[in-house]
Amino acid sequence: MADWRSEGRARDDRLDAGRKFAEGKMVAHDKTTALLEAVIRPGDRICLEGDNQKQADFLASCLVKANPKVLHDLHVVQSGIVLPEHIDLFEKGIAKKLDYSYSGPQGAALARALNAGKIELGAIHTYIELFGRYFIDLTPHVALTVARSADREGNLYMGPNTEDSPTIIEATAFKEGIVVAQVNEIVDKLPRVDIPGDRVDFVIASPKPFYVEPLFTRDPASITEIQILAAMMAIKGIYAEYGIRRLNHGIGYNTAAIELLLPTYADKLGLKGKIATHWALNPHPTLIPAIESGWVKQIHSFGSEVGMDAYMSARSDIYFTGRDGSMSSNRMYCQVAGLYATDLFIGSTLQIDLNGNSSTVTQDRVAGFGGAPNMGSDAHGRRHPSEPWLKAGCEAGDGHPQLVRGRKLVVQLVESFSEKMVPVFVEKLDSLDLAEKFKLQLAPVMIYGDDVTHIISEEGIANLLLCRTAEEREQAIRGIAGFTDVGRGRDRKMVEKLRERKIIRRPEDLGINPLDAHRSMLAARSIKDLMHWSGNLYDPPNKFRNW
Amino acid sequence: MLTLRFSHTAKNRLSGKKDKAIIGVVASGNLEVLLERVLPGAECEVDIATPVRGYDETWKAVVAEFVERSSPGGLRISINDGGARPDMVYLRLMQGCALMEAE
Repeated sequence: MADWRSEGRARDDRLDAGRKFAEGKMVAHDKTTALLEAVIRPGDRICLEGDNQKQADFLASCLVKANPKVLHDLHVVQSGIVLPEHIDLFEKGIAKKLDYSYSGPQGAALARALNAGKIELGAIHTYIELFGRYFIDLTPHVALTVARSADREGNLYMGPNTEDSPTIIEATAFKEGIVVAQVNEIVDKLPRVDIPGDRVDFVIASPKPFYVEPLFTRDPASITEIQILAAMMAIKGIYAEYGIRRLNHGIGYNTAAIELLLPTYADKLGLKGKIATHWALNPHPTLIPAIESGWVKQIHSFGSEVGMDAYMSARSDIYFTGRDGSMSSNRMYCQVAGLYATDLFIGSTLQIDLNGNSSTVTQDRVAGFGGAPNMGSDAHGRRHPSEPWLKAGCEAGDGHPQLVRGRKLVVQLVESFSEKMVPVFVEKLDSLDLAEKFKLQLAPVMIYGDDVTHIISEEGIANLLLCRTAEEREQAIRGIAGFTDVGRGRDRKMVEKLRERKIIRRPEDLGINPLDAHRSMLAARSIKDLMHWSGNLYDPPNKFRNW
Repeated sequence: MLTLRFSHTAKNRLSGKKDKAIIGVVASGNLEVLLERVLPGAECEVDIATPVRGYDETWKAVVAEFVERSSPGGLRISINDGGARPDMVYLRLMQGCALMEAE
């Protein structure tokens, strides 16, 4: 007799075991470790959010206290490895296998744990790739989620940091898994319901509000003139040239500089309304001056940003907001939007090789990718035309002459040297050595060279679409690699020819006055300036308040 | 403090009439550049004072690239370096020329 309900019965067993520590769905915070030991089973796939920004930090601290004799061999499937506890799970032998996307702050600790053989690494994914696998072969048995508030029925309000939760909970709850939520408070009536209570099994009021990393705040005070110069080239040589209205920016000072030049430099060029109107973007505080100056029509966000809540509520024409007035994010939706509905991605990286492959992995850090590989790739499933997309496709000239298709603009914006004179342009990515060292089947490459359309450094723009041979491509990259060894190894004659064909364009070719590369060109030069632009609605986190 | 001197003959004399310009500040990662139109014809001299040793070849490359691209004939350029990266040095040199050429 076939058994078609074994998963349902396993769920019932787990629920029964967990209910010993609950009253209804409510669990006292001091019983959390006991609850987790009861509902999680050895070998389970668990997702301990673990988002890019918000963290189920209380649940993480309780899971780390579990007895490794009871809970062991867990398979962690979550996008963010962000808290020290996420690594501790492996150090203590509670977890064994890992599939993830991003590990920014724990990149070095993760490399050490891999080196010590504490982690069996599945793969480093992009966000939507991992989310996709939640529905195919990495469905969590238990999801440990985090929300701002819950009611007695277990309905959850996520607030602006909705992030990954709806996706994780959907996959877990509808495949007979268990969903446990930590919340800041239990209330009678929620501002809005982000997750219906019938998908949530246990709720814990955490002793402290959950941690959110202010990941997207860049202090304008730290933006350099080199970054301003490169940002001017991006605006004049790419945004204006292709008429980029729909776009995504990565995190970094280079792209923050572009945001702060829109109301000043780009305005002088008469570009208002012609570029940068529709965004897939986290709520970057550095975009406030452009929003306030009427540049931006709308923004959908992957997550939120600390201190931006009141500003976003007051600007509901711009942001996606619920009926309660607070902003709502969703990493899955915004990643899909960025992949299919934008014409340009621009971001930074730590290394670029002679083919234009880029990586943020270095010898001692395994940082992961997050969303960059999806934002920074040409979506071959795209079928709607737009001017920038078609123009890029025509330049590429790699298709059938009768069947022109478009190309997404994927731009790497870098300085030829990063901190401490470490060259960004390299002959060989560190990622390849790392793959060998950790015996990875696949070297972690953030953006493959064949997806990159332009590289911008302070020395100029290399348009890779217009290159027709591998040799041209290499020289185009060397030709903007500044005074790095890669840059100094250029064939000067060939670089001059590429410049004549506008494959390489220097600031002087674009009519950029180097004297404009000055901090007075930034619409805001400090966090305080951003506050003033926002009419004091932006409330920066303490670590950014230096007055 | 290390001092370096590079002498070049540029392709042309730099346009503009200004005798002198100064740009930048001596600070960590930054530099001050003084440009004086005092040399005959297309001669160009660059004097560098830097606290950082071991980058002579890089300085040589930066100055050669600058002379090639900006053609700063007639200028004596004095650099007071605070440990700036070559990209920053190059930007300051371009800015200095732009100042000398400005009306």
